[in-house]
Amino acid sequence: MWTWFHRLGSPRWFYEISGRWLPWLAVAATLLIVVGTTWALLFAPQDYQQGNSFRIIYIHVPAAFLAQSCYMIMAVAGAVGLIWKMKLADMAAKSCASIGASFTLLALITGAVWGKPTWGTWWVWDARLTSMLILFFLYLGVVALHSAITDRDQAAKASAVLALVGLVNIPIIKYSVEWWNTLHQPATFTVTEKPAMPAEMWVPLLIMVLGFYCFFAVALIMRTRFEILVREWRTRWVTELLNKQ
Amino acid sequence: MADPLLQANRLFCERERRVLFSDLDLLLNAGEVLQIEGANGSGKTTLLRILIGLSDAYEGEVLWRGQCIKSRRAEYQMNMHYLGHAAGIKAALTAEENLRWYAALSGQKVGDRVWDVLASVGLRGYEDTPCYTLSAGQQRRVNLARLYMLPKKIWILDEPFTAIDKSGVAAIEKLMSVQAEQGGAVIVTTHQDLSSVTNVRKVMLG
Amino acid sequence: MTQTISANPQPSLLALFRTVLSRDLVVAFRHPSDLVNPLIFFMIVVTLFPLAVSPEKQFLSQAAPGVLWVAALLATLLSLDMLFQSDFQDGTLEQLLLAPQPLYISILAKVCGHWLLSGLPLTLISPLLAFMLFLPAEALPALVVTLLLGTPVLSFIGAVGSALTVGLRKSGLLLSLLVLPLYIPVLIFSAGAVQAATIGLPIVGHLALLGAMLALALVLAPLAISAGLRISLGS
Repeated sequence: MWTWFHRLGSPRWFYEISGRWLPWLAVAATLLIVVGTTWALLFAPQDYQQGNSFRIIYIHVPAAFLAQSCYMIMAVAGAVGLIWKMKLADMAAKSCASIGASFTLLALITGAVWGKPTWGTWWVWDARLTSMLILFFLYLGVVALHSAITDRDQAAKASAVLALVGLVNIPIIKYSVEWWNTLHQPATFTVTEKPAMPAEMWVPLLIMVLGFYCFFAVALIMRTRFEILVREWRTRWVTELLNKQ
Repeated sequence: MADPLLQANRLFCERERRVLFSDLDLLLNAGEVLQIEGANGSGKTTLLRILIGLSDAYEGEVLWRGQCIKSRRAEYQMNMHYLGHAAGIKAALTAEENLRWYAALSGQKVGDRVWDVLASVGLRGYEDTPCYTLSAGQQRRVNLARLYMLPKKIWILDEPFTAIDKSGVAAIEKLMSVQAEQGGAVIVTTHQDLSSVTNVRKVMLG
Repeated sequence: MTQTISANPQPSLLALFRTVLSRDLVVAFRHPSDLVNPLIFFMIVVTLFPLAVSPEKQFLSQAAPGVLWVAALLATLLSLDMLFQSDFQDGTLEQLLLAPQPLYISILAKVCGHWLLSGLPLTLISPLLAFMLFLPAEALPALVVTLLLGTPVLSFIGAVGSALTVGLRKSGLLLSLLVLPLYIPVLIFSAGAVQAATIGLPIVGHLALLGAMLALALVLAPLAISAGLRISLGS
């Protein structure tokens, strides 16, 4: 088991193996997203209250899902990098930060677009949106810290610590924001909590979520591969690889 | 013979995509003074910060009496003085307060000895003045007073002669000789020749 | 003379705590401006609100809990500068890391010192500012108690950010970016408690949550702070 673990930590091994996975993942992501979007936009029934505008959940919900799991992945990768000094984990954590920030931004924008027809304004201080906004700030903090430190290893370690501190805080923040929200805004109208969503509605949602996860994996792998080339440019295998092309 | 006091095996260190040193081996036995030389930017300070266990951005191992300094951190730090680039002196405090803080940090009681120690670095009469009124050289002398005050096995000194006058330099060299004779050891970076110190070994970086 | 010291003559941890704490306090009292500036900042920020929004008594008394807490939070943020930065510059921070003593205790002492020099004075002058903002008298105890419980948490979280950014140029703005989002739960529960007290609701629940956050910070933050310091000084 440990040899496997250490092999996974070797950037070269990861570069080679991920090169083989990448096409399959990319195909899966494209297929799932195309099927999911078509189904969601053309075949899923209208919402009886919100009509067609509800369909943005097919982007909003997967983006919000990913925004949160990406933070978790970033923190775990950071911890692995801190504890086992695995460089690959550092690189993955760095890639996660900017990808996660983008998904969070996407979730915020789609949330705003959804809010306009539903609540009549672009922005509402709803618990979910507010937590999402704070999550966005947390991501920006990690990105900012990473770019402020010139030494690469130090930057990786410092942002890993920050990500871990953030990870401990996220549940507290979520809880406090929800509590704050119930205090100030009784009974807002939330769709995702509606228990009975017919299968024609949630199956495409599930497909979209899967598609987004595959897309995330593709983006993460591509960014990490790029990082590997930048960092290992001096090694022989990278030189050989570049000469071949 | 017992394990050497300090030993570094196959050190490799890279900064900003530049290899500072690779495959560097160091050995420090009791009674030795090791002078590390090298051009500016050759990694002298980086090496010292690795040896004291402050930096862990390196590959290879550093051993204190045959055991990794990371697993023996407290014991190693108990037996090691590090005098860095900065004076390590709080400007708002007096010389005496600064020294007492250091004594308390290493968990030792020094009592009235602080006065003698300050006298031996030529700061008699300055005990009660805040350090920001002292000159740069005098501030460094306050820091050097730690060597007199708290006897430790290994001294690691980063450019100890900066801003120190001639008589001060001679005193420090004397101090290093005594430390080596008494079974301690010194690692020092400096561009000067340690003419009066016996048993000096030189290591060239870069 | 140069015997190897193998057994650590552990002076009690309490003595270490006292040494580190008292040095920080002495240094601060010799630079009284460091001590007073956050307080002045606190007062100025509070003064800005009536000028910017409305001096009307009813509005102010409603906004007071939030305004006071936001101002206290910003004042704490500004005072974080004195926690590690000057020690880093004069080289005593690295000596603290090299001391053969548990870093956990030294850090605890430093954060405690920071609170005594920032959070505590803020708490002490808060009644005066509460009075100027027409905070109802029955909410005053809630304000003081939430400040007493909440500002130490702010010091702990702030110290984490401070440890991670010490030694970076222009770290001030970066520090606030890192730390402010993490301050949000404290802000919500504290301001919420004061708000609840103005309308006579019980605040025990809020205080329990703040206490829990303080306990969590007390245990976990020093670990993150020492990791941060070792990383920042390690290069």
